[in-house]
Amino acid sequence: MRYLPLTDADRSAMLSVIGAGSIDELFADVPAEARLSAPIAGLPGHASEMAVERHMARLSANNVTAGSVPFFLGAGAYRHHVPATVDHMIQRGEFLTAYTPYQPEIAQGTLQVLFEFQTQVARLFGTDVANASLYDGSTACWEAIAMAGRITKRGKAVLSGGAHSHYVETARTMAKFTGDVLDTVAPELTPTPDDAALIARIDGETSCVVVQYPDILGRIPDLAAIAAAAQAKGALLIAVVTEPVALGVLQSPGSLGADIVVGEGQSIGVGLQFGGPYLGLFGCREKYLRQIPGRLCGETVDADGKRGFVLTLSTREQHIRREKATSNICTNSGLCALAFSIHMTLLGGSGLSDMAKLSHAAARKTAAALADVPGVTVVNTHYFNEFAITLPKDARQVVRDLADRQVLGGVSLGRLYPQEAALANGMVVAATECTTDEDIAALAAALKEVLA
Amino acid sequence: MNAINPTGWRPSMGENVPGAPIQTFTGNRGLQLEEALLFELGLPDRSGVDFPETDSIDLSALGPMARTERPNLPGLSEPETVRHYTRLSRQNYAIDLGLFPLGSCTMKHNPRLDEKVARMPGFADVHPLQPVHTVQGALSVINELAFWLIELTGMHGVAMTPKAGAHGELCGLLCIRAALEAKGDPRDVILVPESAHGTNPATAAFAGFKVENIPATPEGRVDSAALIARLGPDVAGVMITNPNTCGLFERDLKIIADAVHAAGGYVYCDGANFNAIVGRVRPGDLGVDAMHINLHKTFSTPHGGGGPGSGPVVLSEALSPFGPLPFTARQADGSVTLIEEEQAHEEHPQTFGRMCAFHGQMGMYTRALAYILSHGADGLRQVSGDAVLNANYILRSLDDVLDAPFGASGPCMHEALFSDDGFAEGFSTNDLAKGLIDEGYHPMTVYFPLVVHGAMLVEPTETESKAGIDQFVGAMRSLAERARAGDEMLKSAPHLAPRRRLDETLAARKPKLVWKED
Amino acid sequence: MTRYFTKDHEWIAVEGSEATVGISDYAQSQLGDITFVEVPGAGSEVSMGDSASVVDSVKAASDVYAPASGKVTVANAALEDQPELVNTDPEGEGWLWKMTLSDPAELDGLMDEASYQAFIAEL
Repeated sequence: MRYLPLTDADRSAMLSVIGAGSIDELFADVPAEARLSAPIAGLPGHASEMAVERHMARLSANNVTAGSVPFFLGAGAYRHHVPATVDHMIQRGEFLTAYTPYQPEIAQGTLQVLFEFQTQVARLFGTDVANASLYDGSTACWEAIAMAGRITKRGKAVLSGGAHSHYVETARTMAKFTGDVLDTVAPELTPTPDDAALIARIDGETSCVVVQYPDILGRIPDLAAIAAAAQAKGALLIAVVTEPVALGVLQSPGSLGADIVVGEGQSIGVGLQFGGPYLGLFGCREKYLRQIPGRLCGETVDADGKRGFVLTLSTREQHIRREKATSNICTNSGLCALAFSIHMTLLGGSGLSDMAKLSHAAARKTAAALADVPGVTVVNTHYFNEFAITLPKDARQVVRDLADRQVLGGVSLGRLYPQEAALANGMVVAATECTTDEDIAALAAALKEVLA
Repeated sequence: MNAINPTGWRPSMGENVPGAPIQTFTGNRGLQLEEALLFELGLPDRSGVDFPETDSIDLSALGPMARTERPNLPGLSEPETVRHYTRLSRQNYAIDLGLFPLGSCTMKHNPRLDEKVARMPGFADVHPLQPVHTVQGALSVINELAFWLIELTGMHGVAMTPKAGAHGELCGLLCIRAALEAKGDPRDVILVPESAHGTNPATAAFAGFKVENIPATPEGRVDSAALIARLGPDVAGVMITNPNTCGLFERDLKIIADAVHAAGGYVYCDGANFNAIVGRVRPGDLGVDAMHINLHKTFSTPHGGGGPGSGPVVLSEALSPFGPLPFTARQADGSVTLIEEEQAHEEHPQTFGRMCAFHGQMGMYTRALAYILSHGADGLRQVSGDAVLNANYILRSLDDVLDAPFGASGPCMHEALFSDDGFAEGFSTNDLAKGLIDEGYHPMTVYFPLVVHGAMLVEPTETESKAGIDQFVGAMRSLAERARAGDEMLKSAPHLAPRRRLDETLAARKPKLVWKED
Repeated sequence: MTRYFTKDHEWIAVEGSEATVGISDYAQSQLGDITFVEVPGAGSEVSMGDSASVVDSVKAASDVYAPASGKVTVANAALEDQPELVNTDPEGEGWLWKMTLSDPAELDGLMDEASYQAFIAEL
């Protein structure tokens, strides 16, 4: 078998050294009833690389890929162009097959990347510090809520209606077991988010206010006003950024007063990948440093006085604090953080700004084209690269009908909020720098046909 | 104070070594190249990406939150970017370079076919919220992998979505908690062996359980008598690792599981060490109710410098109804559907909910499935056989020069455990580990499990050749002799790595987590 | 001023009903370089045996248990910037907190300096 280097001669020689007659003898501690005597029945045997590739290619062909049709899906995962360099670099064996940098002397590559990544995220978010990544945006959002509870010693989190339904459901699941109370509402199809209503829900028991920016309908909340209101009541503002490219043209949440900023880094370097692996981003104020979940990389010097990097503040983490850790997290999203960092390095501030402007321009053209389709109303006053539209009928069926016409037109709100009848005719449409005029024309034409 | 410094590890920078190395103008040493920080190299108006002109784009629809300046992030041209990351990559040890003996991490070869498959457009370029009839191939991959995991473990169902092992542990414990709540049973104690990985008690505490430790026997296994004696109407279950963190098979697991079930509790198994038994033993046959599988360990998805992982959880019939959303289900007509919140009311009403956005680590599923299909049932059986053979070979090749605390009680599983007993006064496991770096290897897992003093846990995996293992054994013998003799040079090792020992005390006392202009 | 020691390596120096608490020289040498100290807030009540403080070294976090019950009057603010004081002067400048004792009789169960030295000699 091509991945197993031992020969029968090797095995015999090794068994002699061990003093055992067979490999089976080494499993003597397994109770006889539990020991399988042969390969598990009913499962196929080993296969050549060619056969496996053929099988997987057949499965791959049985999907409509985003690049092969006009594509307008967003809702927490976005299709941006990733330069070829990124995928080449992350496949270097010294990055791909390296481990967590617990032995820093021979892991300065990984560690310096993490330090650069942390700095990039902190600058992008406008926070003092950032960690070395978490699993994804939804779990990062929950970790922030838990952290706010620890800091404020209060148990009620207020989530804005604009928070992604999957993020809300994730937090709801976790809160059931920690006893935190979550105050949640469904989004409403209004042209701007109702920041005043959100502010009215904050009181002296609130640990944090969670606001997505831009929100699930693509609208842009007034974070500064919400931050002031939260802080007046002793609560923390947690901003959630599911599309970090937006920060190429929008002010950073940190600069607007957010205490903790979390997000999904998938847009930059990582790719759609049918939902994972993705990249949790986490930044916050310096004073909350010792409450941060996940890994942290810090600068130091070595015995010769040379600058180097190490994982630090490990005493927060589960392998030391065990039951008293800030979180049970062990893994970060290392390779995805590397991809994000390389893409961000290729972009620079000017490239990110350009990419964001082009995405916004494509969304503007799309909104204009759809506004011209009879029966379609564009909801948003403001948006970055994603906006909501209302249709004269249930959007779920419209999305399927568009797909039948080889157009992936957006995400129906019914898919995300199956219990909210008021949202059933709504959908969110996203565009990026990848979206062409032909794509937009195709979407408008197909939608017109479906609604006729 | 409670147990002071359980690992016994203290930082030590070592003395300065006499005989300075050759100085160069650049600070580079031949092919060993220094690399500055991105923030010292790049500028915000430099970029390695060409875009069409954007100055004339109308930004009025952004509203009042629009930026006035572009973000302060440095950029580099493409050639500079390639240099920067290539040079950084060369400062890392990796599986591709050599044996990576980290116990409990299963650092096996990462097949490149898996990388090719993961990048097939039907898997890489599809959005999780596309209508399910447009992603049947992708959903089939998840469903097929789920089938394999269930068959390999002899369990009833599987929760695919947890994003890492620790996330999987949480999933398993939340299933247990949901099952108890469904019965109105308030029991809330989880028993955890003291040799367990730190994620176990951390996860149990997070899930709202009280954690109680069960000691180990002198033979390195959990004290099953003590465990069984502790069972009662307040014990929700036990978290057990099998093979355990000492590299030994928990012979009494079925007996323990039967007792736990009889007392009304559940058995969670930490599957980090599944590589030792894959294809030979099924945890379902041992009475396990839930077990997470680390796809990045047993099924070779790449470690990537620390992640991403993937931790699907196989579940018994008792726990399957409580598993999280979403999951795939094959229909009678052969198509695959996705059970999300909307379908949950009818199809899966007792679910404890959703653990994360979307449907899991697809990029890891494709890699793991390609790996599993390549090996097949016979190949996977050979994996565990060779893994255990390699570890025992290392154990018996070293147990005359290194103390193996459980070496006398029989064979080990896929990893061999040594202690620092016999080292010269003042010499520690850390010194040997740092010496191993100079020999061209990443150190083994050190100071874990805590139940052995100065623990060294060596897991070669099955993808090592005999010649490669012999070379590693030779290096270890040399280091063991030096540690026993008290070779002072070990105390300041490594001498030859890109960096000498790093000041972790300074990093913790004065944390510098981001670059700042001076 | 009388100094007592606990089996968990805390010391408590008592003058009337006022006390100062810290960790012993043995404890700091076992821990290695101390990187951070979490101290209780002024005004907080502690009971004998409660974890009142946490002392972090690079790879360990050790709970410090209150040797006696009472009310914390002040915590050592110098430790925020100089946690290394606990290493260099554990029984002096490296004190953790001062408190007013609520039940001085609790001190009867503690060791004096000589007994503590004998105790650690056996470890």
